[in-house]
Amino acid sequence: MAGILVIAEANEGALSSISGELLGAARKLAGEGAGTVTAFVAGSEALGKELIALGADAAIVDTNPALQGALAEVYLPAVQAALQQSGADIVLMGQTALGRDLGPMLAFALDTAVSMETVDLRYQGKLIATRSCYGGNARAEVSFKNAPAIATVKAKSFDALPADASRTGAVTTIDVAGEARIKILGVQKAESTGIRLEDAPVVVSGGRGLGDPSGFKLLEELAALLKGATGASRAACDLGWYPPSQQVGLTGKVVSPNLYIAVAISGASQHMAGMAGSKNIVAINKDPEANMVKVAKYAVIDDYRKVVPALIEEIKKLG
Amino acid sequence: MNIVVCVKQIPDPETPAASFKVDEVAKKVIPAQGIAPVVNPYDPQATEAALRLKEAAGTGKVTVISLGPDSARDAIKHALAMGADEGVLITGPEFEDIDNFQTAKALAAAIQKLGGADLVLTGRAAADWDMGVVPLGIAQALGVPCVTVAKAIEKNGAGLKVERVLEDGFQTVETPLPAVVSVSNEFGEPRYPQLRQIMLAAKKTVQVWGANDLGIAGEMGKENRRLVLEALYVPKVESNVEIIEGDTPEEKARNLAQKLRAAKLI
Repeated sequence: MAGILVIAEANEGALSSISGELLGAARKLAGEGAGTVTAFVAGSEALGKELIALGADAAIVDTNPALQGALAEVYLPAVQAALQQSGADIVLMGQTALGRDLGPMLAFALDTAVSMETVDLRYQGKLIATRSCYGGNARAEVSFKNAPAIATVKAKSFDALPADASRTGAVTTIDVAGEARIKILGVQKAESTGIRLEDAPVVVSGGRGLGDPSGFKLLEELAALLKGATGASRAACDLGWYPPSQQVGLTGKVVSPNLYIAVAISGASQHMAGMAGSKNIVAINKDPEANMVKVAKYAVIDDYRKVVPALIEEIKKLG
Repeated sequence: MNIVVCVKQIPDPETPAASFKVDEVAKKVIPAQGIAPVVNPYDPQATEAALRLKEAAGTGKVTVISLGPDSARDAIKHALAMGADEGVLITGPEFEDIDNFQTAKALAAAIQKLGGADLVLTGRAAADWDMGVVPLGIAQALGVPCVTVAKAIEKNGAGLKVERVLEDGFQTVETPLPAVVSVSNEFGEPRYPQLRQIMLAAKKTVQVWGANDLGIAGEMGKENRRLVLEALYVPKVESNVEIIEGDTPEEKARNLAQKLRAAKLI
């Protein structure tokens, strides 16, 4: 039997955006002959119906309360049970705090492999996953020797389908949870001011080329004016110039705003991996050869310390 | 506490994109001329975490393991110069082009050959393949819990208290030992090896083990990969950039603002 098992995620009773994206990916694979789509989620039965509306052919809801907010080791037996019930030979999950542990754990438990941070998937008699590696300098396409093939999918790599309430499918419940060897003592939300980076329609980011942390004050002013958020490259975060929670890149946040203004960022692949999905990129950089300039729609080749204040003034004038 | 730190040598991730080349037939990265491989940037943080735990306890041993070609000795030497006590190099033709499942098995076998460890530390991922799966694989092979992406680690009774990085904040967890913990860049600056330490490191023991020493020769080799590499290539970038003209930075800024307004982007 073949098919796809999607590991959906819910937060406080609402499906997270990755769930719809994973179902979008699964429907594409189903169209290419990968079989039926079963979605797994921990929570209430109502979530099962939502998953059907978003593209699942069947849903398995694990109602065990121990899964809520739990670590991957608690999910592992639940997902294995869902896998057995669905008969799927492909498992898709999000590259999330849960998925980045659960994917490898499931792979090692089942003597198979996982493609992490997958950006594209296709089915050609077998699953082929595309992922970026070498800091985004290279792309690798991988397949799987053993079943199931497992992929953790990077946020915003696929579009969710519009919810269709007329879709029908079986929703079954299970009650499985693993033992928690690791105990969660507490969770602390990062303090971020203003709009969340991932949701902002405009992102203004700075890199090592700013020269010192004070440059971020200018970027924050520009971002505030455009009702956007401020981000930073890993190099700038590693130097302690900006909080790691605002890092955009392979090891940081993935953003795809309508407008991304990259200030003094060379465009190392590490950073590009986090913002390449931006609709319109503006580069402000002294180096015309910078990679960021090449991928930008508009580029200003000059010193940001002169350009950004003038840009702020001009935007204020335009009103 | 007996701590094992796993480190990896990788192509320098700061290699300029222009110097980065791939042999698409062999599906391998062609080493950039004149750019030496480096220690995976996350690994010195794992070594730092091990040394801080040893120092806080006032006792213990830190062993550093690397799987790779003979040049991976440099990655071990770096950790020894930071203050680790001993090194183990796992090397041999059987390990060429293996996948992360096999790497985790080999590292776990080496840890068992060492007599086990109270704690195994790794970097959060290697910056070449950027998967972050090996620590979970080692934990699975050793049958112990794995805490990933740690930004702070402290001894807590018989176990460890670990602060983990989440997408939107932090999580504090408690794990029993033995355990595997992967360490993130948020952990803080690793110490820089001092000259005296580098000289001392030269005298420290580095054992060299092959697949036969670990009893895993039959499981290694490219043919036993579970993750099959179908293709490796450099994605093409097409440039359509419009360079904003102007005699002064201010004029360029003005022209940019007008362009953005005309395109309804602001």
